[in-house]
Amino acid sequence: MRRVAIIGGGHTKFMFNSPQSGVEMLAEASMDAITRSNLKPKDVQAIYCGNVLGDFSEGQGMVQSYLADDIGCFNVPASRFEGACASATMAIRDAFMWVASGYYDIVLAGGTEKATAMGTPLATRTFAMFSDGRYEYPSGINFPGIFAMLAHLYSSKYNIPLKKLKEMLALVSVQSHFYGMKNPHAQFQKEITVDQVLNGFMVSSPLQLLDCCPFSDGAAALILASEEVAKKLTDKPVYIAGVGQASSGKLSAQYKYLPRLRAREVSVKQAYDMAGLGPKDIDVCELHDCFSIASLIAAESLGFADFGKAGELWEKGETKIGGKIPINISGGLKSKGHPIGATGASQVYDIVRQLRGDLVNEGRQVEGAKVGLVDTLGGDGVIVNLILKAAH
Amino acid sequence: MEYTLTHKTYYDALKKNKLLGLKCKDCATVTCPPKMTCQECTGTNLEITELSGKGKIATFTTSYVAPLGREVEAPYTIVLVELEEGAWIMGNLIDIDPAKVGMELIGRKVKLGFKVFPGDMYSAGEGVRPLFSFLD
Ligand SMILES: [Zn+2]
Repeated sequence: MRRVAIIGGGHTKFMFNSPQSGVEMLAEASMDAITRSNLKPKDVQAIYCGNVLGDFSEGQGMVQSYLADDIGCFNVPASRFEGACASATMAIRDAFMWVASGYYDIVLAGGTEKATAMGTPLATRTFAMFSDGRYEYPSGINFPGIFAMLAHLYSSKYNIPLKKLKEMLALVSVQSHFYGMKNPHAQFQKEITVDQVLNGFMVSSPLQLLDCCPFSDGAAALILASEEVAKKLTDKPVYIAGVGQASSGKLSAQYKYLPRLRAREVSVKQAYDMAGLGPKDIDVCELHDCFSIASLIAAESLGFADFGKAGELWEKGETKIGGKIPINISGGLKSKGHPIGATGASQVYDIVRQLRGDLVNEGRQVEGAKVGLVDTLGGDGVIVNLILKAAH
Repeated sequence: MEYTLTHKTYYDALKKNKLLGLKCKDCATVTCPPKMTCQECTGTNLEITELSGKGKIATFTTSYVAPLGREVEAPYTIVLVELEEGAWIMGNLIDIDPAKVGMELIGRKVKLGFKVFPGDMYSAGEGVRPLFSFLD
């Protein structure tokens, strides 16, 4: 296996009601990635694209192929990945494999989503497709409902009174908005308070409006290249040091293990082992905070806290810049937005910029960050993890 | 390889208030809802077994937002129930005010009923879900 680097990226603003199509958003992010990598479209040998609901939101399947044509990557093999909210991270992991194997030298990986065009009722219906359709959807389960049930289970299993847990969860959303305010790509650029979180509209008990990420439109893209090619094109390659991916079944089939998600523990171990690193080596992390409780569950499985203890990380400010493990310094899914087919590429884009030291001007640089971890969750159990490492 | 218990057979039984599961002849684990393989040992040496339909609430939520076409159902309470036989299944909880449920639900004993979800344009037909009520 060869070493593989990310050498450039592009990212649209995440927003509600984008005037652009899914292909247009991804084409803009892709051309930025290609240009910033000192390449032309003809240099791209293959495309790996996350997109989840284009079929429902704009009657558009096969966005990867139209993207390839739109940006002038004529006739290259272009593949679409669907793993719900983890789609783009899956695409990047596969893109990595193809370059690491020696089959390609330069590929494009990214994702796009235009979820807000569906409106809330259809968006809620389609997002519920990422739970078991035969045995669980008949009960009316939906995207927030899964994490709402995990929140109550977390409170019960770890003996944390619900009121106390809710206060800890509110801090997660407050921190996300604090950093999202500094991120020009973020959908929400305003601070919120614990009181606002605790007084929001109840979505699915115990999760209130500001415990939940929004529906979003947006795209992000990256260029991956072999080490040899990367060194010719950039002074600041960021290497993919480890990758992991795992899947799991419907929520009820994960029974005794909940609220832990075994797939995440399997996936991140693959990534840590491949990189020869552990949780203590991670300088900055983007993890999948689709709901406030999801951040706690993720931080524990990734090895940053004991089980039942992750809330203390946010309480003590350990997840901020200067803390033990800075988490979601982009604003996370909560504040930056969550265009599901693009989210993984957006997380990688932000970690790459952290490791290149590009975020000083935005006031959210983790000083001296050399190793970053990406964590993306799809539905109730697809997980992809990537470990990225600065060249120097 | 054929399924020992398909969703259609499982639904048909549930509509008669019978909860079917799969008992593993190798490790004795009960798998419910049904799968091709045992949910613990992945074996295929399975036989259909009728479960008691009794269990306790492992967790719950009351959902105030509903997917397209199901708006009239909200608010509704969803529960994950740990069955007496060990498996967990998802269903709805009745006999309560969905807006008033709290942590005291966890551990409460419940028994099975059922309700048909007539289906929508994406569901390839109807579904049947367990409808739990308090045992005591
Ligand atoms: Zn077995």
